[in-house]
Amino acid sequence: MNQDKVIPHLFRTEFRNLVSALTRHFGIAHLQAAEDIASETFLAALESWSYKGVPENPKAWLYRVAKNKAVNYQVRNQVFTQKIVTKLKSHSEAFEIDLSEKQIQDSQLQMLFALCHPAIAPEAQVGLALRMLCGFGIEEIATAFLTNKETINKRLYRAKEKLREINLPIEMPPDVVINERLQNVLLTLYLLFNEGYYSESKEMVLREEFCLEAMRLTHLLIENSSTNQPAVNALMALMCFHASRFAARKNSRGELLLYDEQDESLWNQELIARGAYYFNQAASGNKLTRYHLEAGIAWWHTQKDNTHQKWENILQLYNQLLQLNYSPIAALNRTFALAKANSYEEAITAAEKLQLTDNVYYFILLGELYSKSDRQKSQANYKRALALTKTLPEQEAIKKKLSLSGI
Amino acid sequence: MDGGKVASPEQIQIWMKQTMDWIGGIAAQNKYVGGNGLPFDDARVVMTKNGKPVVTNGPFGDIKETLGGYILVKAASVEEAVAFAKGAPILQGEGNSVEVRKHKHADTN
Repeated sequence: MNQDKVIPHLFRTEFRNLVSALTRHFGIAHLQAAEDIASETFLAALESWSYKGVPENPKAWLYRVAKNKAVNYQVRNQVFTQKIVTKLKSHSEAFEIDLSEKQIQDSQLQMLFALCHPAIAPEAQVGLALRMLCGFGIEEIATAFLTNKETINKRLYRAKEKLREINLPIEMPPDVVINERLQNVLLTLYLLFNEGYYSESKEMVLREEFCLEAMRLTHLLIENSSTNQPAVNALMALMCFHASRFAARKNSRGELLLYDEQDESLWNQELIARGAYYFNQAASGNKLTRYHLEAGIAWWHTQKDNTHQKWENILQLYNQLLQLNYSPIAALNRTFALAKANSYEEAITAAEKLQLTDNVYYFILLGELYSKSDRQKSQANYKRALALTKTLPEQEAIKKKLSLSGI
Repeated sequence: MDGGKVASPEQIQIWMKQTMDWIGGIAAQNKYVGGNGLPFDDARVVMTKNGKPVVTNGPFGDIKETLGGYILVKAASVEEAVAFAKGAPILQGEGNSVEVRKHKHADTN
């Protein structure tokens, strides 16, 4: 690997390792300091390595520099009482940030639970997780969220301030709290995955990395016995089923391909099988979560054949999902499944009742539903969709549908 | 409607699907709150006879109507609630009915 590739790769993995280990060492109130120390370490590496070349063991180099910076920070820091500083000085030889594999895994999991505290807004939790637990740069996060660095910086700053106020210990919460907080953790990981999977950003590589990071963190939960719960396995199954289409989702120019346009021979069967394994693990206990239902829907989408059975099952899963967790997109998808399982006429009646008139997809759905029976209405709906859409790829997709339904 | 006693499994499955689709349609409008079927398996009738409560396994046929289930929806008006009720698959049976009532705490929800 040449240096251009070594540094970003190292940055991702070692940044998150350093931040977790340092935060655990200093406490969550010092999250900013942990981030700064990790950033400074990489800055130092960039400067030094461009002259001297990448050292023999870059990881060890980074840890050594980070440790020195951490000691300096600790000695300098006014918030430490004299007592602690004295104690630290006398133990400075023994000052050791534990960067063993086990320790890093544990602190990542503990950090995840700390970041997903209910006091932090879900959007900020996703941002924090991307930065602190996955090691993405502020610019990359801004790109994915289709916003600028300042907005992300502000959002993360507020969240870090909040964490400093709460000052949670970095430790695995007791089982009662785990069960409470786990819902939040799962939602954050779900949103993190979706940010990669559904984002309108064109950075396909970056988006896939978001998804893989969400899967890595979910896997940490599965490896830990107290968090290896049915809902976690259901979420993992959902992610595997979706991720199986990564390669098929883009054309040679890296542009997004719709489900119907995909070459299913490119669907990753190994991931589908792994998803099925986790789905099976999820089938225990007596709590049916949205992740179970969504994983079920995602599984049916790994079956390309448009059988009646497929759409009937998808319809029933959406019927259940909507009772549990309403969302406009689920309502629209349910109506599409209704068209496929029952009839287009029935789906039109149902769709007209939804009245999601500020939603682009609502009019795309109506355009599709009318395409068989009423060309004029179909066109009128596609045109309303076109007026609502803001992104270029979406405009192009709608124009394509308009031209197909025309003449 | 005690359909389970007389209908074929295929017919029951059709009713089930229709009911699920009906509820799903209400949920898709974000108007579903809750609901449940009230099956007759293991059901009891408690009534007063000579001033004392008497528990029997039936018969339910003594009264003209039996309750098959309930569904709680969010509706802006009684007309909207009635529109939901009109979609209930149970109305396919001649003489069957759906009662529309306001929930006691509806205004605060």
